[in-house]
Parts: sequence; C-alpha cells; structure tokens
Amino acid sequence: MRGNNALLTRANPLSKLAAVVLITVVLALSIDWVSATVALAFEVLLFPLAGLTLTLLWQRGWPLILAAAVGGWSTSILAPDSGRTLVDVGIWTMSEGSLETGLGFMLRGLAIALPAVLLMSCTDPTDLADALAQKARLPHRFVLGTLAAMRLVGLLAEEWQTIGMARRARGVGSRGSVLQRVKATLGQSFGLLVQAIRRASRLAVTMEARGFGGGTRTWARASTYSVLDAWVLAGGLLMAGLAVVAAVSAGTWNMVWLGS
Amino acid sequence: MEAPNHHGAAGAVRPAAVTARGWGWRHAGRAKPAVHALDLDILPGERVLLLGPSGAGKSTLLHALAGVLGDVNDDGEAGDSDESGSLLVDGGSPRGQRGRAGLMQQDPETQVVLSRVGDDVAFGAENLAVPRDAIWTRVHEALADVGLSHLPLDHPTSALSGGQKQRLALAGILAMRPGLILLDEPTANLDPAGVLEVRDAVARCLDKTGATLVVVEHRVSVWKDLVDRIVVLQPGSAADPAVLLDGPPDRVLDEARTMLAAAGVWVPGYVPATRPRAGDARPGAGDLLLAAEKTAVSRERPRRSGFRKIPPVPVQEDITAQVRAGQALAITGPNGAGKSTFALTLAGLLEPVTGKISATTNLSRGAGIDPFRWKAEQLIERIGTVFQEPEHQFVTGRVRDELLFGPRHLGHGEDRVDELLERLRLTPLVDANPYTLSGGEKRRLSVATVLAASPQVLVLDEPTFGQDANTWAELASFLSELLDSGTAVVSVTHDAEFTAALGGTELKLAAAEKVAR
Repeated sequence: MRGNNALLTRANPLSKLAAVVLITVVLALSIDWVSATVALAFEVLLFPLAGLTLTLLWQRGWPLILAAAVGGWSTSILAPDSGRTLVDVGIWTMSEGSLETGLGFMLRGLAIALPAVLLMSCTDPTDLADALAQKARLPHRFVLGTLAAMRLVGLLAEEWQTIGMARRARGVGSRGSVLQRVKATLGQSFGLLVQAIRRASRLAVTMEARGFGGGTRTWARASTYSVLDAWVLAGGLLMAGLAVVAAVSAGTWNMVWLGS
Repeated sequence: MEAPNHHGAAGAVRPAAVTARGWGWRHAGRAKPAVHALDLDILPGERVLLLGPSGAGKSTLLHALAGVLGDVNDDGEAGDSDESGSLLVDGGSPRGQRGRAGLMQQDPETQVVLSRVGDDVAFGAENLAVPRDAIWTRVHEALADVGLSHLPLDHPTSALSGGQKQRLALAGILAMRPGLILLDEPTANLDPAGVLEVRDAVARCLDKTGATLVVVEHRVSVWKDLVDRIVVLQPGSAADPAVLLDGPPDRVLDEARTMLAAAGVWVPGYVPATRPRAGDARPGAGDLLLAAEKTAVSRERPRRSGFRKIPPVPVQEDITAQVRAGQALAITGPNGAGKSTFALTLAGLLEPVTGKISATTNLSRGAGIDPFRWKAEQLIERIGTVFQEPEHQFVTGRVRDELLFGPRHLGHGEDRVDELLERLRLTPLVDANPYTLSGGEKRRLSVATVLAASPQVLVLDEPTFGQDANTWAELASFLSELLDSGTAVVSVTHDAEFTAALGGTELKLAAAEKVAR
C-alpha cells in the first residue's frame, strides 16, 4: 500500500468495499463462465487504477489463484460428463461439459477473489478503520482495537522466528520425524501465544494511558466522500450488471440457489 | 478553537500534583501487596526519580498514577485486586482524569499504537476529543519537541529504531498536554545512544512545559541531573513505611549510597565488584573452537522466485572472528549493526548468507563442521545460546523441569542441575513457574538452563540489558568462573563495564547503512 499513488487509493474505503461486495454477491449467484469472464476482464482492466501489477498480484494473491486453479481442475474431472469425451484415464474422465463447468468454476473463483485483492492493494488499513468508525458508525473501540492489534500481527512473524531459534537453542528440534515436528510446532505456537498475550496487554495499557476507551473522541483524519466514490459505486454496479446481462443473453446464466 | 498562547501550544500545560495517603495496592491473585501504606506528596512541576529494589512497587505506583491499574494485570487476567488509602492527582482519582497523566513503558514495540507516525502522535489527542485542527498543530509541535520533525507524517512507525519509537511515544504523550509525565524504565531496552536521545528529549519537553515528572529507572546517572528529587521505595510490609528515603538527589545519594548499591541500584560512579579472571585471559590463548570466515549475515531466509534462490540482503558482511576455549569474545557496535544476527549465526541458529562458520574437531567431536547442520541435541552440548528475552526460551512450567529439560534430552548431566540451581540462587524457586519470576531471576534461570547441557561455547545476547547492579555483578562473576573452567563466552553487548569485567577480545561491528536514522 505504501508508495501507491494510484487513483483508487483516493476513494473512500467504504465505497470500494460496497463495490466489491456488489460484484462478489452477483458472481456468487451463478456458476457460469460468461459472467465470470466478463467480471474478470473488467477487474484486470482496473489493475492500473489500483496500482496493482501481475507480479504484485501473484505475490499477494497466489494462494487464492492456486486454490481457484485446483478447484477448476478437480471440478472438470469430477463433474458429471456431457458432450464429447476429451480425456479418459480409467476412472478420470474429462468431457466438454465437465471442462466447461470446471473452467466456469475456476474463472468464478478468480473473479470473486480478485476484487478483494484489488481492494486491499489500494486501501490503507488505517483509512479503512477511519471510514468504518466515522461513516459506517461501527463502535470506535472495536474498530481501533482491531487496527492496533493488526499491527502486532506483523510483529508475530518476527517473533515466531526468534522463538523457533530460542527453542532450538534449548534442544527442541524442529527437524526429525513428523511427530517430532508437530510437537515442536505446537510448543512453539504456545510460546508465541504467551508472548502475543503479553504484548497485547502492554499495548492495551499504552492505549488506555492515551485516553482510549472514553465516550467521545474526535478524528484527526476525516473520512470523506468525493465524486470519485460515486464513480467507484457506479463502476461496481456497471460491472455486476454487465456480467449478468452478458450471461443471460448468452444463455449461460444459472442460478445456483434455485436448483436445476 | 483553543485559547491562543504565546509559548506555543505547549504553554497550556498545567503541572499536576500527586498526593498519596496510606495508599496500598494488592494485585489480583497475589498474597502480598505490591505497595503498602505509601505517604507521598509531589508538588506541581517537581521532577522525581523513583528508586528501589525490584518488588518495591515502583511500576505499580506509576500505573496507578496513569489511571490504568486494576483492569488487567500483566498476564491479561482481570480479577480481584485490593486498594487501600488514597492516591490522588490534583485532588481527584487518576482514573477519572484521562489525559491528565501520560505513561511510557519499557518495551518500545508496545508504545506504538498506529502504523503511521502522524496518526500515532494524534491518537491520544483524538481520544481526549481535541478538535481536528488543534490536533495537527499539537502533532507538529510534539514531533518537533522530541526531535522527530524531519519525518514525514506518513512515515511507517515500523521503520523506527528503539530510541525513535520511545521518542515517538513521548510525542504522543505530549500531544495530550498532560500535567504529569510518567516514565517506567523508558530506556531499559535501548543502546547507549538511544538512552541519551530519549533522556534529552524528555529534558527539553519538561523545560518547555513545566510538567511534573515521575521516572522509574535503575541507572541513576542518566536521570540524576534532570530530576530535583529522589524517592526510594522499599518492598511492602506492615511494619515499615513504603518510602525509605526522600530528598534532593545529591543528599539521598550521599546518605544512602551503600544501601542503594546493596539494593542493586546503579548509583553514579559505582561499578559492582566482580570476580577477577584467574586463568589466561590474553587473546590467542586457549584452543580454537569455532571460527567465522568472511561471513555475511541476515535474519531473513533466501527468497524463492520461480526456480531461482535469491539470497537476502545481509545486515553485515565480511566478519571474521575466532572463539577460543576459556576466552571471552565481546561483540559490540551500534544498534542495527547486526551484532545479534552474527552471534546467532555463530551459534548455529541462522545460516550465513555467504562465508562460513566452522567448528574445529575440539568442538564438533564428530558432529560435522557446520553448526547450523547439527541436530538440536548435538548443538546444545556444544554451543549454548542465551537469548535477550528469557521468556522466549522457557519450555516447561516449573523452574526445576526447565533445568532438567536439556540433560533429559541428552540422557546425561542431570546430576549437575542441583549445583547450578544453588550457584545461581534458584533453589528456593524450584517449584515456581518460570513466567512468574522477576526480571533478574528470569535472566539467571535462562543462563542456568542453557548451561545445564554443559556447552563448550556460551553465547549471550545482551545479557545485562535492564538488569540491576546485583544481577549484573552475579552474572559477570559467574561467567568469569566459567571462563576459567575453560568455557568460551561470546557476548553481544553495549555494556563497556561488562566487557571489561570479562576481558578477552572485542569484535566491533560498524553501523549498517540500510538502517534508517
């Protein structure tokens, strides 16, 4: 996020969130490749506006991308066959029909996951917290508490490594049989948990000593809406709408919830 | 809008008065009170250094004055604590006066709340419902007062050094315009440069605002010239008053020098006596055990990009050093120079980025040349490492089990445990939970647990950080004994007196360039 000066970083996090929810809800309604492809195409076009590149996308979202690919692959093998058979290896068969379902599944997974990655890459957590507390009127105690805790999560990765080394220095091997490794990891997790709780209670004291938790507070950063936010919402609406229209007119629209 | 004033916005500060009458506090789940029958008056604008042995309730008093005592204890438990007598700030309960006092604690990491410098300073003022425009005026002024005005407001707080983080915390406190500034060992985790940075920032801010100061710190020389009064507390008991001594710094230090030194306080000009080295402390004596050749070190692991392995950027390069039996090696240098990273690499816990760490046959005894490849059991009876934070190394729930852990894994050496417990004064604590010990006890325990495996090389990371003079002297004497018995001792330290007490060679690492200043 830091150093990102793309256009969408200036939009209010809430309007971005609303647009993302809109798109994902619409895509969750139907399993078909047309609506997913249309949405995906738009999402990729939005990359520069969010300051995202393919490399960054892979770095931040590779688990989602892999999950979508694996999901698509297994669906195309396991879905009921229809049409011409393309691959037949014993119990595994892939037909035109099942490949289409699998492809639809994969594209849909990507199309649903990408907006979240886009949102995160152009939204600062602090700005999101400001918007949630000031605009969405969520309780500030909860929002700011979560925000402060998230900063500690970053420290935990470092702490995990240190505890791992500290335990090796005590003779707790993290190499060896599977059982030994599982035991070592459990012990290390416990150590991390203890440290996390201590840190968290010290941070709580710090926050309280700075007057946190009182009734009213002011906000140094105003969370505001601008014309850009209208565009963001309109864009979200347009993407969701075009995806539905394209799928319906191509005849692939298929409401999952209504059964078949 | 706020009323204009000509001394800058900080001129609005009204110094606070503190009054304690028979005040006592018992933490939830503890049998003994942390503070008992405290009578104390602090006038507005006074600057007080609070001294006393550990367990005298100094931190408890500071937390109470900050109005944050009693909700949760350090283990995150809420519970049934006990308060007696009265403790008032400006005649009222501290809890009802948010923002009247500002508290800074020891661990710089938990003094930062938000991820951008400007937001973090603004946090306290926001909570006090200061109008938006006034907040930013205060933020700029507070940052200037602590000497951080060169940082952009969106500078990430994670990129600050320990000393900078503490100064940032001070700025966050100043932005609340408190009449009472409370510092709980604010410099215990900092290197000497960081200590002065923070102390000078505090001095500037006090001169400007006139706020009342109460600071708790072991190192008297750092704060002596800044305070105008020293109050010495003693551990609570029904018979004795909580305040042992009270008066101007020079008088208190004159009268109570011996007593304070005996209680482990670092009085100025006092270096505790330690056991002198008896063995051959000349560099080059003793068998070579471990050597680093042109080593580059980093805490990060190599990254994978496709099929290529990208090595991390080292924090320090070209380090050559030798570890010899019965010899001390002190690794010194400024913060961020990679001292700890190098020590951990030397200890077989991190893989060197380039160059190599090799154990001679005197040390490896058939385990192979590269300590990083040794199994954990092979490692602990050859190289023992004591981490800066003792809690990182606790693996059981009882002091005795903690010591037996290594020998049990190795299948020998359990007979040594009682002697170590005795030697490091842990015998009365054998059944205690390691996490409940005091700072000094935790330090002694962490040294004992590692030594229970009888390593030939002992590596210590900042062993004297935040320790009182008694633990310090005990540790230095014990290590000198260990050296004479042929163990090699490698210590990462900022502590020149400690280095001098152990003798041996010093490896000075230069500041790394990538560290932000």
